[in-house]
Amino acid sequence: MLTKRIIPCLDVKEGRVVKGVQFVNLRDAGDPVELAEFYDSEGADELVFLDISASHEGRETMIDVVEQVAGKLAIPFTVGGGINTLEDMKRVLRAGADKVSLNTAAVNRPELIKEGADFFGAQCIVVAVDAKYDKDIRSWRIYTHGGRKATDWEVLDWVKEAVRLGAGEILLTSMDQDGEKKGFDVKLTKAVSAAVSVPVIASGGAGKVDDFTEVFNEASADAALAASIFHYKETSVAEVKDYLKKEGVPVR
Amino acid sequence: MIGIVDYGMGNLHSVSKALERLGFEYKISSDIYVLVEMDGLILPGVGAFPDAMEILQETGLAAFLQDWAYAKRPLLGICLGMQLLFKESEEYQLTEGIGLLPGRVERFKGVNAQGEVYKVPHMGWNKLSFSGNDHPLLKEVEEGHVYFVHSYAVKTEDSSILLATADYHEEVPAVVGRGNIMGTQFHPEKSSTVGMNILKNFGKIVEEAKENE
Repeated sequence: MLTKRIIPCLDVKEGRVVKGVQFVNLRDAGDPVELAEFYDSEGADELVFLDISASHEGRETMIDVVEQVAGKLAIPFTVGGGINTLEDMKRVLRAGADKVSLNTAAVNRPELIKEGADFFGAQCIVVAVDAKYDKDIRSWRIYTHGGRKATDWEVLDWVKEAVRLGAGEILLTSMDQDGEKKGFDVKLTKAVSAAVSVPVIASGGAGKVDDFTEVFNEASADAALAASIFHYKETSVAEVKDYLKKEGVPVR
Repeated sequence: MIGIVDYGMGNLHSVSKALERLGFEYKISSDIYVLVEMDGLILPGVGAFPDAMEILQETGLAAFLQDWAYAKRPLLGICLGMQLLFKESEEYQLTEGIGLLPGRVERFKGVNAQGEVYKVPHMGWNKLSFSGNDHPLLKEVEEGHVYFVHSYAVKTEDSSILLATADYHEEVPAVVGRGNIMGTQFHPEKSSTVGMNILKNFGKIVEEAKENE
């Protein structure tokens, strides 16, 4: 049976992991390679690196990070952030990433999804969406630019279009739940998961181990992504997986 | 020395990095004159079957790999690389494969026997189940989880080539092998300890083949 995936997410800026990571047992808590190895050893099924560098130099550094991670890890990893062209995808994938994640650039120019899928195969192309509930449309609206800019897209319309163009996976972040630690957005995740034929990664809101059970059992998520709950050691990947096992959720 | 066949459709980096970690020497090449000097070959692959076969035919690599396999030299196909070892695929149109193993590559139906819709691709970690057929590729490997990403799977009448399967709404051939011809549908280079042990076994098979030459 296919297992549910637990995916820690690391924000990387100018080659360093940021957003306060509390890892006393590591030599250097800001080193993405060291953190990646730590999560791998804990049983993470996959990793996501989000490059939040503002500069060109930062992006160049990210390529080095990808190469080093690829050299050390024997689990898949995705790189997102600042990928705007097919050339950007080529550089990241050739450096050893398994998947790229597209967000704003895909909304701005949806053909980018198709270009990537045609060149590398749909399995390499993750479309990340930031969704926020909008009572005017009685559904969730897609936001871009790190959640700063509202678009005209309704979430289900957009994810269906993304999959039609070749998205192999949807990374779905609930802006309403993100940072709240009150659990994943079950309604949103369930709706998106039912709307598309490809796997859906739920993101935003993980606050306790039970939240993971809920998003898998009630929202049919295929994977769940979290950042701070793991970075701040409020729980660990191993603990979450042990708990899920006890609850009868298939995990590795 | 292990040769990684570069025909423009593989995630060569992660396979080569995995071999490096295991301490096996390798060379990535598209040149038949280079590859023929190797002791074993890995055929990686990501993408569409017809595109891959077209390149393999045009470059002469398909015929070269057939000769290689008939000479009983070790060959490991990974993911699409495994599917290419079979007789044919129905991806987009019926396309002839390299034809070293009996079977056809077919798309997951996306609907199970009960009429329930399931997701395609089969993506993520799934558990291996050994068939009981013995092969050195699985020596001392545990029946653990490995990482799959594929929308097409092999269908074969010949159960003697099935070494391990995984359950995804049907029995999915996960490891196949007949003597020197081997394949994994999943990505061993992305499958943590289980995958690394399989690659280590392939490396040993290659070393033994070299000694026996």
